[in-house]
Order: sequence, then structure tokens, then C-alpha cells
Amino acid sequence: MILEGVNLHLHCGDVLAVVGPNGAGKTTLLRAILGEVPYQGNMVSLIGGVERRRPRIGYVPQKLQFDLDCPISVADLVVAATSKRPVWMGITRKALENVKKILGVFSADHLIRRRIGELSGGELQRVLLAIAMTAEPELLLLDEPSSGVDVQGLAIFYQLVRDLRKQHDISVILVTHDLSGISPYVDRIILLNRSIIAEGGPQEVLSNEKLIRAFGPSLWNVSALPSLSSGKT
Amino acid sequence: MIDAWYKLVDMLLPFEWGQYLFMKNALLAVLVITPVYAMLGTMVVSNRMAFFTDVLGHSALAGIAIGVLCGIHDPTWPMIIMAVCLAVLINIFKGWTRASMDTVLGVFLAFMVALGITILSRQGGFVKYTKYLIGDILAVSPSEITWLVVVFFAVLSYWCVASNALILTSVNSSLARSRRIKVFLLETSFTILLAIVVMLSIRLVGVLIINSLLVLPAAASRNFARNTRSYTLWAVIFSVVSGVVGLVASYYWGTASGATIVLFCVGCYVISLVAGRALPKLIKVFC
Repeated sequence: MILEGVNLHLHCGDVLAVVGPNGAGKTTLLRAILGEVPYQGNMVSLIGGVERRRPRIGYVPQKLQFDLDCPISVADLVVAATSKRPVWMGITRKALENVKKILGVFSADHLIRRRIGELSGGELQRVLLAIAMTAEPELLLLDEPSSGVDVQGLAIFYQLVRDLRKQHDISVILVTHDLSGISPYVDRIILLNRSIIAEGGPQEVLSNEKLIRAFGPSLWNVSALPSLSSGKT
Repeated sequence: MIDAWYKLVDMLLPFEWGQYLFMKNALLAVLVITPVYAMLGTMVVSNRMAFFTDVLGHSALAGIAIGVLCGIHDPTWPMIIMAVCLAVLINIFKGWTRASMDTVLGVFLAFMVALGITILSRQGGFVKYTKYLIGDILAVSPSEITWLVVVFFAVLSYWCVASNALILTSVNSSLARSRRIKVFLLETSFTILLAIVVMLSIRLVGVLIINSLLVLPAAASRNFARNTRSYTLWAVIFSVVSGVVGLVASYYWGTASGATIVLFCVGCYVISLVAGRALPKLIKVFC
């Protein structure tokens, strides 16, 4: 058992940050939501009064596995994810225009001909976000967006996510071990370590001195903290 | 059908080697199977499966051995069944073992080779089977070529349907799953296809070098390809050109065709390495 008693309620347009030390089960939580690992209990999506087992999910992975000489261009990746026409046959001009449109929203259209190995961390993340959004998700999952991205790139990324949820009314779950700079962009923070340790608004959580200290030198002491709210809502 | 091919060769290739029936058959076999190696090879290299296909190739020995034990004269079917089982088994094993893939494959390789040699070497009989180690493409029969054509179209159709999903899975399997791709089914079907192609090739090129034919064209192409289309296209070009040139060269040199073809593949790799890596740097330095 990796995670226990996780009870989450997410509204449309909510941005929820799941924060916790390494090994806290954050990635497992994401994989459970994605349906990759078995879990007890259930997940219900209630959209427009219609109940479904699973919402449409857009997933932005933490990293991709590829060698630096990997001959996949950004356009290839987008077409591979969004179209049935095999990429190895080449990309039609029309498809290329479409890719430009998809990437343009995230100011990544200039990257279209680059190989994915030539992108910076922030650029790759914007491309992956663009791909995730083509699924027209109701729930957007972001896995450790801060890894491999500089501070400025991360701010741009978080701002994009914030704009997105306004425009598309989607819920966002963002998993990170890095609390710095996220508070302007999130509505709620959940502190996870095997189960939900604390939950609240960013001000509430971030102004809690003990919590801040816990996230400083000794991440492992987090489980010793008292619950912030009664709320496993 | 095959007669039309013979006539075509007589008409277009009035060389000494083109007169022989075995060379005409071998040429057709090379033209059909080398693009298949190239296409599958692109994904083998991208997914770092070179060791995996090597294990598949070597499992042919165990397949032949089991065929012999069961008293089956033509070992093709036992080989294919063995390799497909092995491919599925490794795929399942990958999911639940904590050992590195490298180690798992090493164990399977040792088991397959040892099992094959132990059974085949009973009463000193292994010499009979050395032909499977280096293969003989010149002995290919028209009926085998028919099978190769079937495999060619099967791989081509598979590539049209599944290659996008394979690309996505190769960079991140969770991302692929989030796009509703059935990753296990996809990976298993790909490895089964690989197993079949490798096993059908054992008689042609042999256990020892089948892997090189899968890996080298794609590796050469990666030296300068900038997108998936040019990656695939150049891998196919390298594979077909090395195949044809190697076959003809082996005729004049009197050498084993498979190994000669591989030598030309290595040549392509070296040339593409120099052209793709060193030349741009040299141009930068001197211009």
C-alpha cells in the first residue's frame, strides 16, 4: 500500500497543487488517476450533471525518454499524438499548419522543426502542454513541472496554466516537490505523504511556519505535523 | 509471378551473376526483406531494444533444438513459436521484475543458447546446424520468398496503423496511455512481429548477424536524420543499398552473403557518421 485515505474534491477551474517529499506517493497518485495502478475506492467525474467514471485527461509528463540524437521533431511528436496519419510518411502542409496553430497558443510554434533533443526544459514542457490540451481535457495533470526548468520558464508555464483554466474551465492537478513560486497560481495545496497530511489555500498552507520548516531541511518530518484543516473533503 | 521477376532480371541486369537462378531469388529476397529490417530497426534503436532482438535471434537455436526433439523436419514453425513465446514472456517479465532489463535479457540469452546447444550437440551433432549460425540467402526458395512478401505487407500495414502510437510510447508510456493507447498490447504486438521477422530471417542471414541488419541501417540514419520521415527513409535506403551491393559483392568474393551485407551496412554507418557529425563541424571550423 503506497497511498491511503486520499479523498479529493476538485471543482471545475480549480488548480490544486499536490506537494510532498520524494517517495510520498505523488507520482503514484497521478498514475492512479491515469488508471495505470490499481486502487480501491472510486473516482467520479461529474460534468454538466452527467456522471462518468473517468474525466477526459490531459497529461504533461515530467520528462520524456529519448537519446539526444533522437530523430523526432516537435512536429512529429504533435502529429504522432494527435493524428492517425503515420508520421514516417511525412507531414502534409495542412497538418503542419494545424501543428503551428496548436503550438502557437503556447508560443512554441517557432520550435516546430527542431528535434525534441534540442529543446530546453521549458520549451519541451510548453510543447507537452500543447499536446495535452489537444485532448480537450476536463482534468489536466502536471507531473513535476519545475524539474529541468529555470525560474523564468516556470513562471511562464504556470501563467499559461492559469490562463488555460480560465479559458477552458478545466481542473488542474499539479504535482511538485518545489513550493517556491507556486502560490499565485494555485487555489489549493495538498500536502501528501502516504496520505493527506494537510490541505488548504496557498496562504493558509504557506504561512504555516512549521510547514515551511518541514519543507526546508527535513522533508521527512512532514508526517509529524498536525492536520491543517479537518478537511479531507 | 516469379517467372516475371526472372525475365525482368534478365532484361535489366545482363551481368554474369544475374544469369543464375539462385542469385535472382536471393536478389528478390533481399529487396523484399531489407526495407522490413530498416523499418522495424528504426523502432528497435529508438526503444533501445538492440539487445532484445539479439536475444530473439539467438533463441532460434533453442527453437531448432525443440523442433529436433519433436521430430519436426522444418524448424521454422518451432522457431517462430519459441521466439513469440519468448517475446511475450520478456514483455511480461519486464513489468514485474526489479532487475534491470539488461540483466533479464542476459539471463534469457544464456538460457536460450545453452538449451539449444545442449540439445543439438547430442552425440557431437552440432556441425549439422552451423548453417543456422551464418545463414545462406542463396538457398532461398520461391516459397520462402512468398512468405517474405507476406511479411513485407504485414509490416507495412502494421507500420501504417501503429507507428504513431509506438513513437509516443517510446518517449513516455504514461503519455501514450493518457492518449488511450493500449501500451501493453502495442508493445507485445510489436515484439511478436519482430520475433516472426527475425525467425524467418535466420535461414537467410543466420543467428550471428541478424541483429546487425536491424540495428545498423537505423543507427546510420540517426547520424543525420532530423525528423521521423528522413529517419525511416534513410534507414530504408541504407538497408536496401547495402543488401543489394553486399549480395553482388559476396558473389564475386565467394563469401557468405549475410556477413558481406553487414560489412556494407557498417560502411554506411561510418560514412553517415562522418557526413552527419564531423563534416558540419569541419565546415564550421574552416568557413
